[in-house]
Amino acid sequence: MSEDVTKQVREVVDAVYRSESRHVLATLIRLLGDFNAAEEALHDAFTVAVEQWSRDGVPANPRAWLVSTGRFKAIDGMRRRARFDASLTELAQQLESSTSEAKEWDDESVEDDRLRLIFTCCHPALSPEVQVAMTLREVCGLTTEEIARAFLTTPPTVAQRIVRAKRKIRDARIPYEVPSEKDLPDRLDAVLRVVYLVFNEGYSASSGGSLTRHDLSAEAIRLGRLLIELLPEPEALGLLALMLLHDSRRSARTSPTGELVLLEDQDRSLWNRDQITKGVSLVERSLSSRRVGPYTLQAAIAAVHAEAPIAAATDWSQIVGLYELLFQADPSPVVELNRAVAVAMRDGPLAGLTLIDAILARSDLENYHLAHAARADLCRRLGRTAEARASYERALGLTKQEPERRFLERRLSALPDKTC
Amino acid sequence: MKYLLMCCTEEKKLTALSKSESDALMDETSAYCGALRKSGHLIVAEPLEPVQMAMTVRVRNGKVSVTDGPFAETKEQIGGFFLINARDLNEAIQVASRFPSARIGSIEVRPVRELQGSHRAAAAS
Repeated sequence: MSEDVTKQVREVVDAVYRSESRHVLATLIRLLGDFNAAEEALHDAFTVAVEQWSRDGVPANPRAWLVSTGRFKAIDGMRRRARFDASLTELAQQLESSTSEAKEWDDESVEDDRLRLIFTCCHPALSPEVQVAMTLREVCGLTTEEIARAFLTTPPTVAQRIVRAKRKIRDARIPYEVPSEKDLPDRLDAVLRVVYLVFNEGYSASSGGSLTRHDLSAEAIRLGRLLIELLPEPEALGLLALMLLHDSRRSARTSPTGELVLLEDQDRSLWNRDQITKGVSLVERSLSSRRVGPYTLQAAIAAVHAEAPIAAATDWSQIVGLYELLFQADPSPVVELNRAVAVAMRDGPLAGLTLIDAILARSDLENYHLAHAARADLCRRLGRTAEARASYERALGLTKQEPERRFLERRLSALPDKTC
Repeated sequence: MKYLLMCCTEEKKLTALSKSESDALMDETSAYCGALRKSGHLIVAEPLEPVQMAMTVRVRNGKVSVTDGPFAETKEQIGGFFLINARDLNEAIQVASRFPSARIGSIEVRPVRELQGSHRAAAAS
């Protein structure tokens, strides 16, 4: 066999690995009932593929071939170890007979397995940071090193989280299943939260200049796409729309020197039109289901912004209306604050200031820097410079992010001198 | 697989209930236990005396020490426990969520470690 053929096969195997390894893993976990055994079987299957495909050619359905080979390798390994541990004989037999049907790994079952894997990684019995690590590792196939870099922690910490999660899945017997219809809304919420957390981790860090963290947003969008392909629930559509619409502004939200640029000051020609079109159509699809949740409403708000050719053309009445709905779905003070800002844009700064002062008087957001920054901005527009200065200073004292701090400092120094 | 469900409640909350409220709670719990026994889920169900009755035993350097009170002073204390059989964690969570005490306090779900069937543990090590 020529070296060229070997090289070609290796390239094919690499490509198949990228496109199929997560599918194959998800199915092997179901067939073998264990994450570690499935990972080992996956590895073995690809090792055999390199050898055998060079000799016999690439099979017509590489995915089914890999599942079948991985399963065989696992059962074979168990048989060999059974010489030292008799209990494995029975397990191997059981596995062999219960999983021998080819329909166990047809395309439809494999798609279900991907969903099973997502729901298992995002099971509420695992802590949120563990859910994130498991999802990125098992569903997305990121290495522990990549996850550690993205979350500014060390590979051993991530590895430990994953080991513990797998142990908990096995020992507490977290089932490998898609939740029942009754549990689905809550469980889907948990999955969406993980995806959104991954997205935000990448999105809010884009000022850090680290490319790996930017990749997290792309990974979250990929996850969101996978999710709506497998389970096109309205809120899954809404979340993907929200991520696309936010991501469409990525290159406009920071200046070339890394400074934060507010939505109203962004160069809208830099917005990614392709992402906007996709986001808007997803929002419409979700809205038409009449089962609207917080992600869809946030996406709808982002869509209204996206559709305004210039900031001054923003349809603030519609945004206020959407915030009203969002507040009903998610009655949090942060949503209330955003609604107040939208009211200020529609009815003038005084109307917004009255609302913000009422929120602050309840002390819910007393330590939330954006509440003081918003108040400062309205005072500035009303010419109440002393109040604006006090609120900017309060916001500065509370913010932890460097670009935000520089932004507030710029605003503060742009205020007229202390004459009023 | 077996799971231990421990009902943790603030005892204050329980003593604050009126007689009819606490009777209704007991009735609902025992009716639910009856149903769980019938379906084969329930193995053991026992309520506990209040935490003032608790003492903690330790042996250090061969010496037995007994101290008054629970091993950990927390706001919520274990007021009773159920040992159940469940297919998996999701079923255990489902069983736990229907106990009336889940509405008042919380229920800790602990998988019981199975010492037989050691092949799974061995395979993972």
